Amino acid sequence: MRTDDRVVPLGTLRPGETGTVAELSGGRAFVARCLSMGCTPGTQVTMERNAGRGPIIVKLRGTRLALGRGESMRLLVRRQDDKP
Amino acid sequence: MTEGRHPKIVTVALAGTPNTGKSTVFNALTGLRQHVGNWPGKTVEKKSGICQRDGKVFSVVDLPGSYSLGANSTEEEIARDFLARERPDIVVAIVDASSLERNLYLVCELLQLGVPMVVALNMMDVARSGGLEVDAGALEAALGVPVVPMVARNGQGIQQLLESIEAVAEGETASPVDGPRLSPAVQPLLAKLDAAVPADLDIPYPRRWALVKLLEGDPSIRRSMKAALPPDAWERIRNILHQHEQAMLEIASSRYDWAAETYRRAVGRPGGENISLGERADRLLTHPLGGLIAFAAMVFGIYWLMFNLGAPMQGWLNDNVVVRSADALEDALRGWPDWSTSLLANGLIGGAGLVLTFIPILAILFLALAILEDVGYMARAAFVMDRFMHRVGLRGQSFLPLFLGWGCNVPAIMGSRIVESRAARLTTILVTPLVPCAARMVVIALFTAAFFGGAAVLVSWSMVMMNLAVLALAALLISRFVFRGQDSSFVMEIPRYHAPNIRTVLLATGERVRRFVMLAGTVILAMSLVVWAFSSFPSNDVGDSILGHIGRGLAPVGGLMGLDWRMMVALLTSFVAKEQTIATLRVILGTGDGANGALKTELTSIMVPAAAVSFIALQMLFVPCAASVAAIRQETRSWRWTGFAVGYMLTISFAVAIVIYQVARLFGLGV
Repeated sequence: MRTDDRVVPLGTLRPGETGTVAELSGGRAFVARCLSMGCTPGTQVTMERNAGRGPIIVKLRGTRLALGRGESMRLLVRRQDDKP
Repeated sequence: MTEGRHPKIVTVALAGTPNTGKSTVFNALTGLRQHVGNWPGKTVEKKSGICQRDGKVFSVVDLPGSYSLGANSTEEEIARDFLARERPDIVVAIVDASSLERNLYLVCELLQLGVPMVVALNMMDVARSGGLEVDAGALEAALGVPVVPMVARNGQGIQQLLESIEAVAEGETASPVDGPRLSPAVQPLLAKLDAAVPADLDIPYPRRWALVKLLEGDPSIRRSMKAALPPDAWERIRNILHQHEQAMLEIASSRYDWAAETYRRAVGRPGGENISLGERADRLLTHPLGGLIAFAAMVFGIYWLMFNLGAPMQGWLNDNVVVRSADALEDALRGWPDWSTSLLANGLIGGAGLVLTFIPILAILFLALAILEDVGYMARAAFVMDRFMHRVGLRGQSFLPLFLGWGCNVPAIMGSRIVESRAARLTTILVTPLVPCAARMVVIALFTAAFFGGAAVLVSWSMVMMNLAVLALAALLISRFVFRGQDSSFVMEIPRYHAPNIRTVLLATGERVRRFVMLAGTVILAMSLVVWAFSSFPSNDVGDSILGHIGRGLAPVGGLMGLDWRMMVALLTSFVAKEQTIATLRVILGTGDGANGALKTELTSIMVPAAAVSFIALQMLFVPCAASVAAIRQETRSWRWTGFAVGYMLTISFAVAIVIYQVARLFGLGV
């Protein structure tokens, strides 16, 4: 069990929810690509489009990124629960 | 030094992330004096041009768009190798002012590489309209290199950019400041690595920079380092790297920390929350259902234009240019040996001329693609289609080229350029010939009508489905086995929308049409002549020609599919153009021109329905037509991949056709 249940795969955030990048996994090439596009540990990301399947769109550092479903599950974020 | 008399040509490289208006700046600097080719040995476009000012000559190279110097894609590797190895005299970093922070990452890498640089702060208007005031002076002070604010779309700032380039070329650079530093945590690690690497290391990259890249786990730097070092030294380094795999996160984070800090210094007070990223339009265009409908409408629009505008022009060109010039030539050559008239009228004009009539359709298609690309829509289309495409190992971007293949495979293969990653692009090119093009459908319609009467539509439909299943399987196998291990992860920027720049769009369209004309004038022409020769010698009767003899030689294989040698010859001539099969059958079965009735009757008398189905499969999956093969060669820049495409399709086509006929025979269906 994970000690912090707020750390979840990015792909599980609902549209409008925000989190900070906690962990990147899934191969050097994928991680390097994420890093170069601004997705570094600690970066704030806001989910914009997530239909539950298929790719997602997130907003970070004033730009928007699309990630495949598989990719979105390999990125862990710490969910910000500003809403109840 | 012979200064003044023969001014040294200064090399200027344009670097920047995609969607920063790099092409616009490039076009503004070079005008029409540009050359488009390919990077040596790569399938990536290389644009270079000449820019003259006050008697000085600048050679401008437009590097492929890249987010970092990390070689995460072929494009990035080309850009970074050019910067780090070729060492251009000046680098112009083109930066989007409206998403400055993210763009500063690449600037940070360029500063760390230590190249003479000018920053072109583009899209100032977009930033301003969103309430973001970027202080170019403050940014210049923070970076220590000249910063030129611009709106390249209206030509604003181009002159100032040229002045800055000139000033840097003459050594009048701004005073250097302390460049971006790596995080303190990485410094001792770097020192450790530095001690482990022999001082006389011989690699074509700056030493310190290469060491940082090594810590970042860069595979191509690893390779050149490994090759340059004795095995024991490499082993020590490999151990250090292995213990510190997290260094890449540290390094990237420290660059972004620097970017955030620099951003704060250049922007002063926060703003820019109002910069539209296109969220409003994307509520529809990236919606899982609405986006699909919008995309379908867009594709329909392109088709509508191609058929309603392009097709009539094609017909007109064919009737008035191709046919007339062939006739005129035949008249003019009266009295010459038969073979020479045939060579010129059929081989030359019939081959290349026919292909040239495609130009209107292609121009419309390429124009539409260029506009959609420039506006920023392509990323949205890729997004909505990815859900379906990734199941067969492709990504969303591949859908559009594949879909266009229904009309004709040639523009589809050429349109595959919009697919970003090399592996995905090659896979797309390799499977595109499996899309049943219009010419193949003509042959299929004839056969199904001849053999199946009322069930013709059902049979045609089943065959198309079979064809698409083969396509999906081929895509899956190629991406899984041929490009195994290559990064195919789907991480893509959704750029902001902007109004298309007419100049950028027209230049891109013109360039693609030019490439096609070159293709038709060289490879397609050569192939048409070869096929003409094979079908005209030693006898003008195709049945007794070289092609005819090859067909007879293939008769035993044909037997496995219930087909005689005449069908094999007809199949072989489909290499010229898919619809050629029908023309050949008319000649070889002696049914003459005119209505298809006689041909259909004749066909039903020489084969059973099961064999007809087998032939349809064969025709659909067979080697692509000469023009497609030429397009594959041009786009892959490799005979090996071209050979692979021809070879695998040849194998699949015969295998499927034989299985169909043999299974039908086993169950006594249609025999």
